[in-house]
Amino acid sequence: MIEQAGLGGILQKIKSQERLTADDGLRLYQSSDIVSLGYLANIVRERINGDNTYFIYNQHVNYSNICTNLCKFCAFGKAADSDFAYEMSVEDIRRKVEERLAEPIREIHMVGGIHPELPYSYYIEALQAIKSVRPDVHIQAFTCVEIAHLAEISKQSVEETLQELAAAGLGSIPGGGAEVFSPRIREKTCEKKLSGEGWIEVAKTAHRLGIKSNATMLYGHIETLEERVEHLSMLRDAQDETGGFMTFIPLAFHPKNTELANLSRSSGIEDLKNIAVARCFLDNFPHIKAYWVMIGVKLAQIALSFGADDMDGTVKEEIITHMAGAETEQAVASSHFISLIKEAGRRPVERDTLYNTITEY
Amino acid sequence: MTSIIDDKVLAGERIDGAEALELLKSNDLLRLGFLASAVRKRLHPEPLVTYVIDRNINYTDVCISACKFCAFYKAPEDSDGSVLSFDELRQKIEETKDLGGTQILLQGGLHPDLPFSFYEEMVSFMKGLDIHIHGFSPPEIWHFSEIAGLPVPEVMARLKKAGLDSIPGGGAEILNEECRAQTSPRKCGASQWIEVMDEAHKQGLRTSATMMFGHVESLEDRIEHLQRIRDLQDRTGGFTAFIPWPFQPDNTVLAHLPKTSAFTYLKMLAVSRIFLDNVDNIQASWVTQGPKVAQLSLSFGANDFGSTMIEENVVAAAGVSFRLSESEIKTLVEGAGYLPRQRLMDYTLV
Repeated sequence: MIEQAGLGGILQKIKSQERLTADDGLRLYQSSDIVSLGYLANIVRERINGDNTYFIYNQHVNYSNICTNLCKFCAFGKAADSDFAYEMSVEDIRRKVEERLAEPIREIHMVGGIHPELPYSYYIEALQAIKSVRPDVHIQAFTCVEIAHLAEISKQSVEETLQELAAAGLGSIPGGGAEVFSPRIREKTCEKKLSGEGWIEVAKTAHRLGIKSNATMLYGHIETLEERVEHLSMLRDAQDETGGFMTFIPLAFHPKNTELANLSRSSGIEDLKNIAVARCFLDNFPHIKAYWVMIGVKLAQIALSFGADDMDGTVKEEIITHMAGAETEQAVASSHFISLIKEAGRRPVERDTLYNTITEY
Repeated sequence: MTSIIDDKVLAGERIDGAEALELLKSNDLLRLGFLASAVRKRLHPEPLVTYVIDRNINYTDVCISACKFCAFYKAPEDSDGSVLSFDELRQKIEETKDLGGTQILLQGGLHPDLPFSFYEEMVSFMKGLDIHIHGFSPPEIWHFSEIAGLPVPEVMARLKKAGLDSIPGGGAEILNEECRAQTSPRKCGASQWIEVMDEAHKQGLRTSATMMFGHVESLEDRIEHLQRIRDLQDRTGGFTAFIPWPFQPDNTVLAHLPKTSAFTYLKMLAVSRIFLDNVDNIQASWVTQGPKVAQLSLSFGANDFGSTMIEENVVAAAGVSFRLSESEIKTLVEGAGYLPRQRLMDYTLV
């Protein structure tokens, strides 16, 4: 059936671990034979990760939605004078973390808007506050876009900024803000945001300092398939240089409450396709995540047969996607992850942020 | 891949119950997708996915059956229970026709007091409004037979004469007597369900068949269910479609049972497509699975999106509330690389 789907050549390449070209990537995106795409992606998935399927016990903190970028695909960011704007004080953040000290949380995931007024010291103190109440936790915080902004307001280089953040408690960097790297897309949807090259540069700088990071792609708005492949190619090239990316996370665009609300939501086939193509193409990324907050728990489980080896975390109080009309759950218990993963014939592994095994089930 | 089964399926040969069980126990979802897609393509070489525009009308929620998996019914002594008036029926049917609907899926509880003549009059009244009546699942027919003291063939003949066009495949749950004794002891048994469908087919009434899985049954029980459907279909050819869906536990007596995952749903769907080689159509259950998984179902054996369900009450009572418009169904079907086509109950295209 792979041959019938016109993907025989790509199957041979994947079997012999030959790298796919941009043209191969495009052909995969153009195929509507989702089972064949899954078959190809599963070969790569099982070669790299076997049956292991990871999840993490984590907590999300979205410190503020005030943002000067106001990207068209975002329902979370608000102008400072908006009635819906909010910001948490360092004390609020500390309390959020304290509230859940009884739980075995391994990671605090903290991101926010590009705030026009918060001083650089706020970010340093926020990290220190989290570490002071929960010294062992890993803090994955501030997308490359936020890091570039912090370098700007601290009037330092990205490298110096990252070193200071790391000294204050930053452990790794989440993959957000990548959107689609193409200048055309950024000009049309998020012209004020850090450029694609700028994003990659921040990530590579972090990697050179030994700080790991993730990468994302926001699909399903106005991007072309060529632009998706270009995005993946840039990530793959950067990874060849530094090896610092852990996980690629395709993010489904949620149109509700955004300026692109006229667009429709991604379909199940689109969601699986973006996971499968990424798994085939990003041969140097250790992990591909099915982010259930975006695509729902049902799809995330199915995605384990289509290239994904990570189901993200237990997450509570996720705000960014839910502001854009996500109807997915707010939290999934670890026990539920374990049964979903087992039912899909895989091995559940609770991990820490850097993919060290906590418990195998 | 275990190639004996695969070779059989790909060669268009029938697999037996033991082989279907082996497939159901496998976790190789993609293999099941390949095999189910091969069967689907053999039966439906044209790249179409069909759907029907209709409305579920539940003429009463009063029911003496008290099935443990049901969140919809009201016990006869419960004052909240009701029966729709003919005026309400008329209004619902006119709304349906205004929305381009072609049929009514008419089902209700097993009411203790309504006489059989009520059902004949209801069908006859509805037929006067010129719409296809897809009504009365086998447990209802069996119940009518008991309250009227008439044999099933006569009940069926009289309903047909009143205007009944076809029979929905509901109430099948799991066609295994032990499962039914555990979950729905007051409802017609597995053999009786088959007997009613056999009679319907003999009288020229087409029917669908369903399966509600993921509660107390074993995998073997599911295979028995499929086997009973395939055996009857070999004799009569009267089934138009098979519709498997997972039990929705919220608000039921069995609420403590875990929910069937999407992975298990797609496996069951694929095995149904592979095993039921003599049933033309397999329906996706978007009402229980939501639009994303329903779209994926088309790659796991389904060739039909079921109904637009202008109204649905039974699954909604179990806390599941997916809604899809005709245009959303079309978009999902096109996104999967198929052409959406409106159909009638017997799968002729509109």
